[in-house]
Amino acid sequence: MSGSDVVIVGGGVTGLSAGWWLARSGVKVTVLDKFIVGWEASGRNGGGASHYQSPLFDEEQRLWPQMDELLGYPTEHQKERIIIAMTERQWEQYRFVAERHHRLGHPVEVLDVKQVQEAVPLAGDNCFGGVHYKFGGHANPQRSVQAYAWALQDLGGKIVQHSPVTGFETAGGKVTAVKTATTTYGCDAVVVAAGPQIPQLMAQLGIDVPLAPARAEMIITEPAPMMPIGGVDGHKLYGRQTMRGNLAYGGGPHEWIDVDATGPKARPSTPLMRNLASRLAELLPKAAHLNIIRSWAGVIENSPDGRPIIDRLTSPDNVVVASMSGVGFGLSPASGHAIRDLVIDGACSFANIDMLKLSRFDNLESDWRQKRGWMPIP
Amino acid sequence: MELNFTGTDLCAINGTRSAPEAHYELVVVGAGPSGVAAAIDAAKAGTKVLLVDENPVSGALMGNDVPLYFGGRMTAATQNSERMLEAIFMSMPELETAMEAGVELLLGTTAWGVYRNGPGVASLPEQVVGLADNERSWLVGFDHITLATGARDLSFAFPGWNQPGVMGAAALQMLLTRYDAFAGRRILILGSHDLAIETALLAHSRGVEVAGLVEVRGEPQASPALQAKLAETDIALHRGTAITSAKGGIDGVESAMLSNGEEVVCDTICVAIGLVPSIELVDAMHSGRMLDPNRGGYIPAGEATVSAVGDCAGLAATGFDHIAYRMEWMQALTANSTDDTIICQCEEVTRADLIGVQPPNYLARPAPMCARSLETLLQDGPANPDQIKRLTRAGMGVCQGRRCRDQVAMLLALEAGKPFGTIPLATHRAPVRPLPMKIMADWNEPEAMSAAWDVWFGIPTQWVPVEDIGTQYEGEHRQMLYTGMYE
Repeated sequence: MSGSDVVIVGGGVTGLSAGWWLARSGVKVTVLDKFIVGWEASGRNGGGASHYQSPLFDEEQRLWPQMDELLGYPTEHQKERIIIAMTERQWEQYRFVAERHHRLGHPVEVLDVKQVQEAVPLAGDNCFGGVHYKFGGHANPQRSVQAYAWALQDLGGKIVQHSPVTGFETAGGKVTAVKTATTTYGCDAVVVAAGPQIPQLMAQLGIDVPLAPARAEMIITEPAPMMPIGGVDGHKLYGRQTMRGNLAYGGGPHEWIDVDATGPKARPSTPLMRNLASRLAELLPKAAHLNIIRSWAGVIENSPDGRPIIDRLTSPDNVVVASMSGVGFGLSPASGHAIRDLVIDGACSFANIDMLKLSRFDNLESDWRQKRGWMPIP
Repeated sequence: MELNFTGTDLCAINGTRSAPEAHYELVVVGAGPSGVAAAIDAAKAGTKVLLVDENPVSGALMGNDVPLYFGGRMTAATQNSERMLEAIFMSMPELETAMEAGVELLLGTTAWGVYRNGPGVASLPEQVVGLADNERSWLVGFDHITLATGARDLSFAFPGWNQPGVMGAAALQMLLTRYDAFAGRRILILGSHDLAIETALLAHSRGVEVAGLVEVRGEPQASPALQAKLAETDIALHRGTAITSAKGGIDGVESAMLSNGEEVVCDTICVAIGLVPSIELVDAMHSGRMLDPNRGGYIPAGEATVSAVGDCAGLAATGFDHIAYRMEWMQALTANSTDDTIICQCEEVTRADLIGVQPPNYLARPAPMCARSLETLLQDGPANPDQIKRLTRAGMGVCQGRRCRDQVAMLLALEAGKPFGTIPLATHRAPVRPLPMKIMADWNEPEAMSAAWDVWFGIPTQWVPVEDIGTQYEGEHRQMLYTGMYE
């Protein structure tokens, strides 16, 4: 369908990657974003890129090492992860996961305390051990979203910021245009990758997409001495050492919220920073004296089973809906590829992603949020 | 896999937070004259008041220009916290009055965040202020908070400003009056508005040699009364000129070069062009703010349970347009320096890289990256300092943007050809002071939070390897990683 128009609703990392992949195939792409590209969860997450649970895993692993070159802009992608256990229970759990990796053919090495200290200079002798993933990695979310956006523009794609989508025009079982307050964008196909705003947008097309938004928090320290592998976490934290040396970590309790059709009103962080600080000080005791210089929060949408929804609808049949259910950044090189395939070819060329279809929720009970305790605090 | 939902998500924050350690009807942040007066008034009316002040801050923080722009010109006396504490009591007899009136006073105690329920958060047990001393952090609940956080120095970049001996007027005044700990001997002052002349007269009266004042405009800007007082001294005023660079050696500044060609020998350059109301806490708690050029910049809008007093509520309005004055200085300093001038000291971001929206030097700059600039970014939408700081790292360092936040906004306004007020303010985030992890840490976490702490959302189906779905491993995975959740 070269030469036709695809409008992408949502300039987060999934929408931008999809736009970039489509533009690489010669498709004319317009990405509409309510504010600035990557402003929500896409630009404020832990930057991890090791999603072995996903059918997109192999493609994620294949693509990340090439992304700087493919995009033409730096993403700060770095390889490998080390997960450190700080309790006996974690040690048991992390070794269990390591064993699964081993069986699945993902290269892993179990580290004793001494080996952890050798590999992670900021770690101490207070740990139980660690697991070294000789795969996966991490990248800078802020820099990567902008890299996708710029690369997409370099291929002739358009990015329209500060333009929340207000609705759609449909005719003959297809979406024919996407509307903002000021402009109507005619299109041959639409990708709805608007994160927590997906349910409200898709409801306008009569499609029920079960997603529940929640708020999660992170902290960052001043730069620490550079470790040989920046992708160090564990102790039930996620995070990384940035290429500047800062330690950026999150994890722990989330808060279920509701968002407006145009997004969250605010993304406040809370004193949860103190609980993140204590865990990070235990995980990397030789960095415990370092200053925390910022904290922040982001809003993430979650599907009922926590797995992504990537699906081309049957009616209207030119709409692809894509939510990564809170785990979107690292998988973005692959999710964009899959969306490109669905838009152009109607099927994913490199993986079986049937498990990500929206139809798996056809019989979902209407009180699914209440049943899971996923309701906002009254 | 069947999950047994109970209507409760154990991994959610609901009801698991640490409770505040104490509750006060009023918390006053900042024990300067306005804060102390507010605390005394409330205590006399029978209110339970806590008054906190971060001073004396540690020598290490002062070295990072927190909370004021000390420019490395403190004497060793500032390393002695007991002496510093004594100096504060000596210089502020009102503190004794406050304690006699029943005010609970905590010095050396930083208020690093204020939190309350509102859009996006409903999980806080009550509205709290986060406090920290040099041993630990804790939370205090309050009915009302009064911010008396004062004003901070506005710094300006010129070649050589990133060396010891370039400092702010508020920092200099604090070192001279409160701590008697200023390490310089001969100062050059930038600016000639009230702040600059007050600083010059203070330094002069304390026996510090004032090498002169530099004024970018043709005439001195201070009130006639202050100008008359200055005229009684022999302090020189260089009009219609700007600083072009600071020369220095191992101990920092040795002289200043002016755009009129003069070289002024000095060991300290005091930037006294303006002060900025310290609204970090107000902004980090998402309270309202507004721009008032006559009162020094952004000031708190005020609300029922949050009030501001003293300089943090806005500088005294004298009809002087501080923003226009600053912009004129910024324009002159930019015109008189090369683009490799450092704007963000912490992250070593040059003006060229800021305006070019280029990444830091440890990253490669392939051809497409080099072709990007503020100009290309502006084609996508208005300049946003938070976006630009993510790309360039300007303002992302350990001083938390204290030295460059305002400068970046001014440079973006100049470069974009827009009024200063159209450039959004880069967000302030808690902690509004750098705080060590081990001090920030909550070492008494409630059991309910510890027991259910998960790396992500605790959704048992989320991380099952795709190959394991529908096999025996799926159940094992859940048993091992999610025991007790959703059952």
